[in-house]
Amino acid sequence: MLRIVLAEDSVLLREGLVGLMERFGHQVVAAVGSADELTEAVAAHEPDIVVTDVRMPPGFSDEGLRAAIALRRRRPGLPILVLSQYIQRSYAEDLLDSSDGTGVGYLLKERIGHVEEFVDAVHRVAEGGTVVDPEVVRQLIRHRRDPLARLTAREQEVLALMAEGKSNASIAAAMVVSEGTVSKHFGSILTKLDLSLDDTTNRRVLAVLAYLRGRPGVETA
Amino acid sequence: MHPPTIWTRLHLRHYVRSGWPWRAALYLLSSAVLGLITLLTLVLLAVAGSVLTVVVVGLPLLLVLVLTGVPLASVERSRLRLIDSEPLADPHREPDRTGLTAWLRTRLQERATWRELGYAVLFGFLLWPLEALVVGSVLLVCGGLLATPVMLAVDGEEARVLKMWIVDSWPGALAAALAGLLLMPVFAYPLGAIAAGRAALTRFLLASPTGELNSKIKELGRSRVRLVDAFEAERRRIERDLHDGAQQRLVALSMTLGLARLDAADGPLGPLLAKAQDEAATALVEIRELIRGIHPQVLTDRGLVAAVEDLADRSTIPVDVDLDLPVRPPEAIETAVYFAVSEALANVAKHSGASRAVVRGGLENGQLAVEVEDDGHGGADTERGTGLQGVADRVSVLDGRLLVSSPPGGPTVFRLLVPCSTP
Repeated sequence: MLRIVLAEDSVLLREGLVGLMERFGHQVVAAVGSADELTEAVAAHEPDIVVTDVRMPPGFSDEGLRAAIALRRRRPGLPILVLSQYIQRSYAEDLLDSSDGTGVGYLLKERIGHVEEFVDAVHRVAEGGTVVDPEVVRQLIRHRRDPLARLTAREQEVLALMAEGKSNASIAAAMVVSEGTVSKHFGSILTKLDLSLDDTTNRRVLAVLAYLRGRPGVETA
Repeated sequence: MHPPTIWTRLHLRHYVRSGWPWRAALYLLSSAVLGLITLLTLVLLAVAGSVLTVVVVGLPLLLVLVLTGVPLASVERSRLRLIDSEPLADPHREPDRTGLTAWLRTRLQERATWRELGYAVLFGFLLWPLEALVVGSVLLVCGGLLATPVMLAVDGEEARVLKMWIVDSWPGALAAALAGLLLMPVFAYPLGAIAAGRAALTRFLLASPTGELNSKIKELGRSRVRLVDAFEAERRRIERDLHDGAQQRLVALSMTLGLARLDAADGPLGPLLAKAQDEAATALVEIRELIRGIHPQVLTDRGLVAAVEDLADRSTIPVDVDLDLPVRPPEAIETAVYFAVSEALANVAKHSGASRAVVRGGLENGQLAVEVEDDGHGGADTERGTGLQGVADRVSVLDGRLLVSSPPGGPTVFRLLVPCSTP
C-alpha cells in the first residue's frame, strides 16, 4: 500500500483519482487543489509518492511542476509523478534535472484511462524508477536527432521503451524479440552514447536522461 | 510647447546676439551649394538619359533622374534642423521585401517620390539662385565694408569700398568698417525672415500630410492594438475553457471507462468499452493539438525561447534554434513573434522543399530581430499566402516589420523586426 499525496485542481478528476487509487488498495492521505496546499500536505504527511498536475492555481501556469521541483530539491529522492496535458520536452527535462532522474515520472493525463498501466507507473516511480510518457519520448526520437543519430531504429525503440520505465522482459515482449537481444541493443546504446560500463549508478536512467537531453554522457562524471 | 524655430526666435530681443542669424546664413549658403549640385545632376541625367535612350542604357539614367528627389529630400530634411528643431518625418514607406526591385516599386508608387522630384526641379532651377543672391549680397556688403581698413593697409594709398566709392584716409576706412559692423544686425533680420520662409516652403513641400490625418492614423493604430489585445484575450479564454472544461471531462470519462473495463474484463461489454476509450483518447489528442494551436501554455510559462524550441521539436524537418534573449520581452511581442515563427516554419515544411531550417535572433539596437532561414528552393511570395500576410499585419500592430527574401533557388529568409525596449 502506498501513501499518496494528490494535487489536482479539477474536482472531478481529483475525486476520480482518489477512487482509482483506493480501488487498487492505496491510501490517498491528502487530496489538494493548489500548489501551496501540496507543499503543506507533503510536509504534514510524509507520503510515499506525490502525484500532481502541472497547471494549478493560483496562476494556472506551471505551479504544480515548480512545486514538485522545489519539493524534490528539499527532499531528494521523494518520488513524484507529474500529470500533464502537455507534450513538452522542457517540462519533462526540468523534472528529470531536479535530481539524478530516479523516482520521477512525467505522464500525459490521458494515460490515467489505462488504469492498470497508470497504477503500474505510480508503483514504478514510488520504487525509484523513471517514467516518461511515450508521446514525449516519441517527440524526442523524431526531433532530437543529433546525438542519437548513431542509434539504429531498433535501438531507439529500445531506449524509448526504457524511458517509459519498462523492464528488459517487457521490452522484449513488446518488440517480440528475446531478452538477450534487448540486452545486446542496450549494450550498444551505452557504447554509442559514451556511457561507461563500469559505472555503478543506474545506467538505464543515465541512458534515458542523456537521450532526453540530447547530450550523451552528461551524467557519467 | 513647440520646439524652437527661427521664426519664433526672430521676435526675441536677443535674436541678434544669438547664433540664429548665423544659422540662417549657413542654411542659405548651403542651399546655394546643394542647389548647384542638384541643378547639375538634373541636367546631366536628363541630357545623358535622353541621348542614350536610343541605345537603351539611357533608361536607367532616366529612372535615376526620377529618383533624384529622394536623396535630396532626405538631405533637405536634415538640413532643416539648422533653423527648425522640429524634425520633419520621412514620408516614405519601408518596402515590404528586401531587394532593389521591391524598393523601386515602392518608391515609384509613392506620391512622396513625385513631390520630391518636383521639389528638386524647383530647387535646382529657381530657389537656390535666389538664395545665393540674398546671402551673397549680405556677405559682400558687410564683408566689403569690414575689410576696408585691411584693403587700405595693403594698398597704402586708397581702397575702393564695394567698388563704388574711394576711401583714402584712415578715419574714412574705419567709418566704413563701423558701418559694416552696424549693418550686420540690420541684415540679420531679413536673412532670418528669408530663411524662415524658405524653411516653411520646404516643410510644406516635403512633409507628409499632417494634422488631422495624423491624429486619425494614430487613433486607428490604437484601435487596432485594442482589437488585437481583445482577440488575444479571447484566445486565452477559449484555451482556458477548453482546458478546464472539455479536456478535464474527457480525462475523467476516459478514467471511468478504464475502471468499467476492469469490471467488464471478459464480459460482452469489454470490446465496446475499449472502443469508447479509444474514441475518448483520440478526442483528447485532438483537443490538445487544438489548444496548443490557440495558445501554447509553454509560451506563457517559459517564454519565447522555450516555445520556439518546442515548435522546432515538432517540425517535420530538423530545425536549429539559436535565440538569445537575456530577458523576456513583453507578452504581446512574445505572442506575435511566436505565431510568426510558427507560420514561417509551417511554410518551410509545406512549400520550401528544405531539408533543414534555423531560427536565430536576439536583441539588437532596441529591436527584437528574429530570422527563420531554410535551405529550400526559394520563391516564397508574401502576396500569395494569407498566413504570411496575417503575420505581417500582426507584427505591424507592434510597429514591427516582416521582411521576406526568397530568390528563386533559395534560400528563403523571413526576418522579423519588432521594437522592443528592455529595462
